[in-house]
Amino acid sequence: MKIFGIPIFPEQASTFAKDVDALYFFIFAVSAFFALAVAVSVIYFGIRYHKTHDGEIGARIEGNLSLELLWSVIPTVIAMVMFGWGASVFYHLRRPPAEAMHIYAVGKQWMWKFQHLEGQREINELHIPAGQPVKVTISSEDVLHSLFFPAFRTKIDAIPGRYTELWFEAQTPGSYHIFCTEYCGTNHSGMIGTVTVLEPAQYQVWLQGGGVEGTLAQRGAKLFNDLTCSTCHLDSGQGRGPSLKNIVGKTVELQNGSLVMVDEAYLRESILNSQAKIVKGFQPMMPTFQGLVSEENLVALIEHVKSLSPDATTAAPATGAPSAAVSTQKPAAAEKK
Amino acid sequence: MLDKLKIPDHHYLHDGHSLRSWLLTKDHKRIAIMYLMSISVMFFIGGLFAVGIRFELATPQGDFVTADTYNKFFTMHGVIMVFFFLIPSIPAVLGNFLIPPMIGAKDLAFPRINLLSLYIYWIGGIFTLYAMISGGVDTGWTFYTPYSATGSNTNVVPTAIGIFIAGFSSILTGLNFIVTIHRMRAPGMTWFRLPLFVWAHYATSLVQVLGTPVIAITIVMLAVERGLGFGIFDPARGGDPVLFQHLFWFYSHPAVYIMILPALGVMSELISTFSRKTVFGYSFVAFSSLAIAVFGFIVWAHHMFVAGISTYAAMVFSFLSFSVAIPSAVKMFNWTATLYKGAISFETPMLYAYGFMGLFAIGGLTGLFLATLGLDVHMHDTYFVVAHFHYIMVGGAIMSYMGGLHFWWPKMTGRMYSEFFSRVSAIMVFVGFNITFFPQFVVGYLGMPRRYHSYPDEMQVLNVMSSAGATVLGLGYVLPVIYFLWSLKYGQVAGPNPWGASGLEWQTQSPPLTENFLKVPIVDREPYDYEHLVAKEKHLV
Amino acid sequence: MSNAVVHADGHGHAHATHHSALQHHFDTMAQQKEAAVVGMWVFLVTEILFFGGLFAAYMVYRIWYFDAFAEASRSLSLFWGGLNTAVLIGSSLTMAMAVRSAQTNKRTATVNWLVLTMILGAVFLGVKVIEYADKFEHHHVPGYNFQWASHEAPAAGAPSTLLGAGEHAPATEGAAAAEGHRELSLNADQLQLTTQIYFSLYFTMTGLHALHMIVGIGIMLVITWMAWKGKFDDQYYTPVEMAGLYWHFVDIVWIFLFPLLYLVERHV
Repeated sequence: MKIFGIPIFPEQASTFAKDVDALYFFIFAVSAFFALAVAVSVIYFGIRYHKTHDGEIGARIEGNLSLELLWSVIPTVIAMVMFGWGASVFYHLRRPPAEAMHIYAVGKQWMWKFQHLEGQREINELHIPAGQPVKVTISSEDVLHSLFFPAFRTKIDAIPGRYTELWFEAQTPGSYHIFCTEYCGTNHSGMIGTVTVLEPAQYQVWLQGGGVEGTLAQRGAKLFNDLTCSTCHLDSGQGRGPSLKNIVGKTVELQNGSLVMVDEAYLRESILNSQAKIVKGFQPMMPTFQGLVSEENLVALIEHVKSLSPDATTAAPATGAPSAAVSTQKPAAAEKK
Repeated sequence: MLDKLKIPDHHYLHDGHSLRSWLLTKDHKRIAIMYLMSISVMFFIGGLFAVGIRFELATPQGDFVTADTYNKFFTMHGVIMVFFFLIPSIPAVLGNFLIPPMIGAKDLAFPRINLLSLYIYWIGGIFTLYAMISGGVDTGWTFYTPYSATGSNTNVVPTAIGIFIAGFSSILTGLNFIVTIHRMRAPGMTWFRLPLFVWAHYATSLVQVLGTPVIAITIVMLAVERGLGFGIFDPARGGDPVLFQHLFWFYSHPAVYIMILPALGVMSELISTFSRKTVFGYSFVAFSSLAIAVFGFIVWAHHMFVAGISTYAAMVFSFLSFSVAIPSAVKMFNWTATLYKGAISFETPMLYAYGFMGLFAIGGLTGLFLATLGLDVHMHDTYFVVAHFHYIMVGGAIMSYMGGLHFWWPKMTGRMYSEFFSRVSAIMVFVGFNITFFPQFVVGYLGMPRRYHSYPDEMQVLNVMSSAGATVLGLGYVLPVIYFLWSLKYGQVAGPNPWGASGLEWQTQSPPLTENFLKVPIVDREPYDYEHLVAKEKHLV
Repeated sequence: MSNAVVHADGHGHAHATHHSALQHHFDTMAQQKEAAVVGMWVFLVTEILFFGGLFAAYMVYRIWYFDAFAEASRSLSLFWGGLNTAVLIGSSLTMAMAVRSAQTNKRTATVNWLVLTMILGAVFLGVKVIEYADKFEHHHVPGYNFQWASHEAPAAGAPSTLLGAGEHAPATEGAAAAEGHRELSLNADQLQLTTQIYFSLYFTMTGLHALHMIVGIGIMLVITWMAWKGKFDDQYYTPVEMAGLYWHFVDIVWIFLFPLLYLVERHV
C-alpha cells in the first residue's frame, strides 16, 4: 500500500500476511478508539472546565467504585480477546504442516546461506515456489541472527548451537526483502537479501538451472564417505556403529536405558558431540566432529541420514535446550550405583 | 503582597558556598541539584549520539559514518540514556529533592548513603565515558551474548563495569527511599495521606532494589566470560546464550518501570494541581503503581518471543504482559476523570502533562501490539519497537520529567522561568517528538529492522521525516537550558507556592531551608485538599 | 497550609534523652534504629537477588549437565569444604555473642568476640586460598588453560585428596566405573566442555562469596575499633547489630553454596 508513492504498508505475500494484518487492524481500531476517547475527553474537559477566576477550585469528587471496576474490567476483556487471537495466529505460525518443503538456512557474519534439498545453494538469495508451504530450519555459525521475511510476516532467531525453524506459504510471485533483525556486529545492516517467489513451473525450471553437484542428500552421502562415517555405520547393522537405515523418526534406547527420538536435533548432537547419547549395545568410540563440520555440511549429512529413512517425516524441535552435549541422564541415574 | 515575594535570607543554597560544602553535603536537596547537573550533561551527550544516528539515517546508503561508528552511536546512545539519564532522572533529582518535604521529614533516612550513591553514579559514569572516549562499544545496550562475549572487539568490559557500578547508585537510592517512606513520615502522615508521587516512588524503589542486583550479577558473569575466559553463556562451550537474555530482561524489563513509574507519580501531582481538584480514585492510582511494579517482574520473556523459547512459554508471557496493561489503563482513565469539573489552567507543567497523556497513551497502546504473539513475530526488532519504547521513555518519562522540573523549579531555585519560552519549548517538544517517532511505527511495520546503518531506498521518506522531527525535538530540549539558567539570576521571585498547589513541600519557603521546615509539621488531613487551601488563604487575607 | 498544622514542639520530647549518636534528622533513637534495621533488611534482599542470578544460572546448567556437575564436584575436597562450613557456622555464633555483649555494655567481651569472628573469617579465606591454589595447579580454572582429567575417587573427607589428586589416572573411558563409581556416559571431550561451566560458576559464586567475606572483615575492623573506643552501649549498638546481620547473611549464602557445589551427588 502506498501514499504519494511512499510505501506505508508491507506487501502481503504469504498466507500469514492476511491473518497478521487482520489482527493488526483489530488492535489498531481498538487502540485508536481508546486514544481518541481519552484525547477528546481531556481536550473537552480542558476547554469546558477552564479556570475562569483566581482562587477557583475544582469540584470535590473523590472517586467512583463502579467506574473503576468498569474501566478495569472492560480493558481486561479486550486484552484477553487480543491475547487469544494473537496466540492462535502464533500457534499457526509455529506449526509447519507435514507436507512443507524443506530448506536449510545458516546465518553467518554477515550473510544468509540457503540450501535446497535438491542441491541448490544460495547466498543472500532464496528462490521458493508459490502456493507451497516452506519450512526453513535455521542455525548460526557465530553469533545470534534473526531471519526475517517482512512480506511473509514471520521471523525467528538463529541461535548458535541449536536449530530453530519457521514456515510460511508464499502466495504472490515477486521479490521481497530478507533482513537480519538480531544485531550481529559491524555489517548487521548488510546482512540482507531477496526472497524470490516463483510460479511452481518456473521454480522447477529454476531448479534445473545452474551447475548443481547433486542434491543436498547426495552431497551429504559424499561427505559421509569422505569423513569415513561409512566405515562404521554399515547398513547391515554389523558395523562398529549402528546402522542408520530407517532410524529417523524412531525411538532408540541408549546405554543408560533412556529413550531418545531420532530427529534433526539428535542427529546434530550425535555428529558434533558423538558420545553424548550412545545407542545401547555400541561402544563410545566415534570421534566428535565439533569444529570439523561446518553448519552447511552438517545439514547435508543430516539430509543424507534422513534420505535413508524414506518413510519418516520429522520435524526438528524449534526450541528447547541446545543440542550440544545435553545430558538426558536423569539425576535418578546417580542412584543406580 | 509584592513585598512578601522575596528570596528568603536563609535557605539550603546559602548554607555554605564553598565547593567543599557541596561535595560533602548531606542535604538531599543539594545532592538532587548535583544529580540534576550530572544527568543533564549525560542527557546531552546521549542526545549527541542520537543526532549522529538521525543524521546517518537521513539517507539510505550509510554514507555519513562507517557501520562500526554507527553501531557505537546507537549503543552509546542507549547505554547513556537508559542507565545514566532515564533511570536516575526522576527518582534521583525530583524524588531526592521532594520526598522528604512531601512527607514532612528533614532529610532522607541515610543522608551519607545518598551522597555515596551520587559518587557511585559519578564513578560509573566516568568508566562509561572512558569506554566511550577510548573507542566506544558496539554491542547495543542489550549486550546480547555471544556477540558481547566473544564477537565484539570493543570496550565491552569497561562499559559493563560502568553500568555495574551505576547500578549500585540506583539500588542505594531505592533503599533510601523505602526506608525514608517507611520510617520518616511526619506525625499524622499516614500511608493514605501520602502524595501519589511518593507512592509511585515507593513502587519504583521496590523495582530498583529487587531488579538491579540481577543485572549486576549478569554483568559480572558477562565480564568474567569476556575478561577471564570463563564459559557461562558461550554456546561453543555448552553455554546458553538465551540464558543471558532471560537474566538481562529479568532486570531490564522492570527497569522500564523504574523509568516510567516515577513519571506517573509526577503526572498525578501535575494534573491535580492544575485542575485544582483531588486525584480521582486515589487508592486505585496508588495501588496501580504497586501492581505495575509487581507485574513488571513476571513479563520479561515478552522480549524473547522469537528467541527460541517454547511456544507455550511465549503464550504464558504474552498473557502476563497484557496484565500490565490494566493498571496502566486504570491510571489513564483516573487522570482523565480528575479533569472532569476541575478548574483547569495551562501553565507550562500542565502543557507537559497534556503532552504526556497523548504520548503515553500511544506508547502504551502500541505495547498491546507487541504483547500480541502473532503480531510480535513480525514486529520484533523492527522500528515499531523503537518507536514504541521511545513513546514510553521519551514521550512518557522525559515529558513527565520536564513537566516536573518546570513544576518544582520555583521550589528548587525560588525563581520563575519565562512562561512564554517554556510554553514554546513544551509545544516544540511535543510536535517534534511526534514527527520524529510516529513515522517509525510505519517504517517498522514495513519491516525496517532496528540498529540498521543502511536501509532500503523506499523507506527513505519516512526516515527523513523522522530526522527532520528530531531537529525540532532537539531544539525543544536546548531551549529550557537557556531559560532555566536565565531564571537563576533574572527570574521573577516565585514565593512559597506559585501554583496554589496543595502538597506539603509547598508549605515551606522557596528555596527551602536545609532542614526543609522550621518546625516538624503535623498532618491532619488528606492530600489534594484545595477547599482547605482556599479557605486558609481567604482567612489569612 | 492545606494539610498540615505546625506543631510548636516538633521533636521536643527527644531532647530530654538526646544520645550523642542521634543524627539530627531523626527524632528519637528508636526511629534511627528502626531505619537502620529496615535499611539493612532491604539491602539483604538486594543481596539475595544478586546471588539469585547465579543460582538461576546454576540451576539451568545443573539440570542440563548433571553428570558433568557431579563429576566436577568430586574434584572438590569435602574435608576443606566441610571444615569451612563449620568455621563459618562458628563465626556466626561468635558474631551473635559480640552483638549480645554490645547490648549488655560489655566492652571488652564485644571486642574479643569481634576479633574471634574476624579470625574465623580469615581461616575461611585461608582455606579458600588452599582450595583455589589446588584448582590452579590442576588447570581447573576456566579459560584457555582449562584442562579436565577424570578424577580418581577421592577418599571422602580426607585432606589427602588434595595430594592424591596430583596423580590422576589418564583420561580413559570407564576409569570412574572401574573405581566403583556410577557409570558415566560422558567422555573426556565432553567433560572438558561442560565441567568448565561448572567451574565457571564455582569460581564466580565462591569468588563473590569470598569478596563478601573480605568486605565483612573490613567492616568488622571498623566496628571493633569503634567498640574499643567505647562508642557502643545498651542504647546504641546498631552498627554491631547491622554488621552481624550482614555476617549471618554471608554465612547463609555459604550454607547454600556448600551443598550445591560440593555435594552434587555425594550422599554416601
